[in-house]
Amino acid sequence: MTDFLNDWGLTLVTFIPLAGALVMLAVPAVEHRAIKQLALLTSLATAAVGALLLLDFDYGAAGDLQFVVDASWIDVINSRYIVGLDGISLPLMALTLVVVPLCVIYSWDHIPDPGNPKAFFILMLILETGMVGTFLAQDLILFFVFFEVVLLPMFFMIAVWGGENRRYASIKFFLFTLFGSALMLLSFLALFFLSTDPATGESLRSFDMRLLSDLAGAGILGSTQIWIFAGMFIGFGVKVPMFPFHTWLPDAHTEAPTVGSVILAAVLLKLGTYGFVRIAVPMLPEGAEAWAPWIGLLAVIGIIYGALGCLAQTDMKRLIAFSSVAHMGFVMLGIATLTDFGINAAIFGMIAHGIITGMLFFVAGSVKERYHTLEIRRLGGLLTQAPRLGWILGFVSMASLGLPGLAGFWGEFPAILAAYSPAEGLPVETFRTYMVVAAVGTVLAAGYLLWLLQRTAMGKPSEEFADSDEIVDVTRTEWISWAPLLAGIVLFGLLPGLIFDVTDPAVVGLLAAGSGG
Amino acid sequence: MLGSVLTLAFERPPIDWHAIAPELVLLGFGALLTLVDIVWLERGRAAVSALASFGLLAAMVPVLTLATDGADRVTFWGAYVIDDYSLVMKAVFLLAGYVVVLLSTNYIAEGDYWESEYYQMLLSAVLGMVVMASARDLVTMFVALELLSIPAYLMATWRKRDLRSNEAGLKYYLMGVFASAVLLYGMSLLYGTAGSTLLDDINAAVSGDDAPLAVVTLGVIFVVAGFAFKVSAFPFHTWAPDTYEGAPTPVTAFLSVASKAAGFVALLSLVFVGFWGRSDVYQPLMWALAAASMFGGNLMALRQTNLVRLLAYSGVAQAGYMLAPLAVAGESLTTADDALSAVVTYLAIYAAMNLGAFAVVIAVARRTASAEIDSYRGLFHYSPALAVAMTVFLMALAGIPPLGGWFAKFEIVLALISPQTAWGVALGVVVALNSVIALYYYARIASYMWVEQAPANSGFDTASPIKVPTSVSAALILTGAATLAFGILPQWIGHFTDVTLLATLPS
Repeated sequence: MTDFLNDWGLTLVTFIPLAGALVMLAVPAVEHRAIKQLALLTSLATAAVGALLLLDFDYGAAGDLQFVVDASWIDVINSRYIVGLDGISLPLMALTLVVVPLCVIYSWDHIPDPGNPKAFFILMLILETGMVGTFLAQDLILFFVFFEVVLLPMFFMIAVWGGENRRYASIKFFLFTLFGSALMLLSFLALFFLSTDPATGESLRSFDMRLLSDLAGAGILGSTQIWIFAGMFIGFGVKVPMFPFHTWLPDAHTEAPTVGSVILAAVLLKLGTYGFVRIAVPMLPEGAEAWAPWIGLLAVIGIIYGALGCLAQTDMKRLIAFSSVAHMGFVMLGIATLTDFGINAAIFGMIAHGIITGMLFFVAGSVKERYHTLEIRRLGGLLTQAPRLGWILGFVSMASLGLPGLAGFWGEFPAILAAYSPAEGLPVETFRTYMVVAAVGTVLAAGYLLWLLQRTAMGKPSEEFADSDEIVDVTRTEWISWAPLLAGIVLFGLLPGLIFDVTDPAVVGLLAAGSGG
Repeated sequence: MLGSVLTLAFERPPIDWHAIAPELVLLGFGALLTLVDIVWLERGRAAVSALASFGLLAAMVPVLTLATDGADRVTFWGAYVIDDYSLVMKAVFLLAGYVVVLLSTNYIAEGDYWESEYYQMLLSAVLGMVVMASARDLVTMFVALELLSIPAYLMATWRKRDLRSNEAGLKYYLMGVFASAVLLYGMSLLYGTAGSTLLDDINAAVSGDDAPLAVVTLGVIFVVAGFAFKVSAFPFHTWAPDTYEGAPTPVTAFLSVASKAAGFVALLSLVFVGFWGRSDVYQPLMWALAAASMFGGNLMALRQTNLVRLLAYSGVAQAGYMLAPLAVAGESLTTADDALSAVVTYLAIYAAMNLGAFAVVIAVARRTASAEIDSYRGLFHYSPALAVAMTVFLMALAGIPPLGGWFAKFEIVLALISPQTAWGVALGVVVALNSVIALYYYARIASYMWVEQAPANSGFDTASPIKVPTSVSAALILTGAATLAFGILPQWIGHFTDVTLLATLPS
């Protein structure tokens, strides 16, 4: 079993969804039930393989890549099919494997207009392959390909099943992210040509991420590193999204169908921050050091700007989207400190944000389905009309504002704390200022979330919906698809070590290579 | 006695018959088509398209035997070279020609056009291209160019009673002969400098320090301009949109892929063999042409409402991507190899994805009788398979992984960055920016097909899927499979296009 997992585990977990999508092509489009069953089966099978990997993973050596496969792929450009799992990839892979089946379950009786579940699930499964592949790839070109594979399905998910403004939103999403990744690719190529073997001084011409992180930019001039890092900064920054590249996100979220929003918030945004942690920071330490204060600045601007944006929103989904900008600001602040403490916090923040904001979008989708609107001033009295739904919204909002004991706390608080003592060579005063600003951001977060709760969940139902018989409480499919996420919020809130213990050795390992250790 | 006089007057060059077997096969099938037409008249019509496609595939056989043989062959006193590079390009031409025959079969038969003549023209144009791939001599190049151009002028006007088709052919013809004249003038300048028409000799003559720089520069510019017309690079593209729109669509597909590739083959042979030592002249020229083509083509494509015209402008931009590596080709030997492989890879992948896009245009036009982008509204809802196919081809053209186009663009950028010069990196950034501009119009078509509903008063049936003829389906499957395979396993194509031209250079 272990041998089999070693050789095939990661490949299976990446490509089972794609195989499922191909099989689904053969199912007639009218067979809705068979299509849904096939989608669920595929995503559960993928999750099962993932669970086996999690069981077989050697947690004592979480800093090392495990289940590594290294096979020939594109010899002419020295790019290889290298995949591996370590403590940084593991939680993110697990998050993806959990979220996708939940989205399939949620879609069971929530296929958005204009229907066509066949195409919808095919896109969702292709997305899963792209997301899992990105977290596992250990070759820059393989990473790039998986990173881009998610673009087309997400574009179509927004464009076909989205709201009123879907054409604008989908093309904006597509153009922004492609712009970023085009520059990112230029940076990858620069790394390819400039990395030299320290022993011989010859150009390596390698895309192997393991090798490039070990080298940590040795042989590349600091001034060049700054340029290469800039390309990656834009590439990953658009995806995160960081202020000022964030403008695609509120549009995309507002227009996307519910599960599209969930996947976007829970996993897709993490591809950007993961890129910073896995590629940009370890491979270009000098570039990272030069840019860190600016990343930190944009991060805290994002925190404050996102929070103020939330206060100004009249649409619930748009509000949650802006809260994503703010939360990802905390993640980026953690990364900007360049300390193992900060980056651990960032990874925890990614997972926490994935679960919590994904859950918020689920709730928003269900509210929309009942009220046919997300305009905050027309809502109200959710707690009287659908008390369980109202309580879930309240609970998740508390988690989102960082209530201690729930998962959100461990993403924000350590990131703020890390800014108190950034890595050596970074301006301490600047980062301490950021720390204060970020702390103010948490207060604002409490403000906009509580205000949202007050306006939507409390009070009396507005007259137009008072007698609506469509407003029912949480349904069975909703319970099934939400329970794991709600449990996760509590579990990781009470036992944050579950994640920190896995990520820490890997983060320390990555940073140690950078400091010449 | 007479024999010896003739020998004096004309010394027959030694001919390697195996080396020119692909050309002979094509020639044989062209003659056979004429015979079939003369002997059986109307009764032969049914067989001609099958015969033409069989001829193209039969010509692949000697290409394969030459490839497995492996040795480079030089014949006709150095004017004709068979190496890996020329074989790869010959294969691209023959297969592209085969796909064009598949696309033409129903179109030409149902349109009541001259059939036998059409395929004869097609075969002779492909023959010209196949010759071009091996030509290492100015005269051979020119003969190959005219051999492929003159049938193409005729094919563009094949819809005889259609005004637009006549306009298409006439424009193409007038601009084409003008370009040929410019080309010939440039060639005469180079010949005057070198005293030989062989590219190797020209390289030796123009590279030296004592070469007359003004004459050489003028010669290079004129020759490049002549072929820039063929590849429809900005600002020599003006014929393309009108010709593409007016010509029969299978002919447009042929022009936009095979004819463009033939122009590139000539440019590659010239740059890597003929002008190799004069990188100070051709590099800035190529830089400017590439950047202008990318920006010009993409910006003009943004405003198009007709899909064929849009593909014409996108073809201008694609030519820009392919010209880009030539702007750094002279930096070093490794860069030169990278650049050549990049362009050849691009040509091969481009052939698959662009022919595929035209196959969908032809299939959809059977229902809508139009190539207006508006007529693609809601295609996904009544003909999902064609909409998915079109999306695949358009996104491949845009360079989105995991579809073939990404690897083509990737190789281009790799070649541009590899010499680590400011000009190269700058052009790499231009390529990156243009990919984003181009995505806008490709994605717009995709959203027309997927997002919008088919209009109720469109004048055609939007309830049932479009019936696609067998031969067009075959073309779609071939090009679609190639587009996907080249994107997911680029090694398949990269293995073949990892070629060099510099081995033939005298060091």
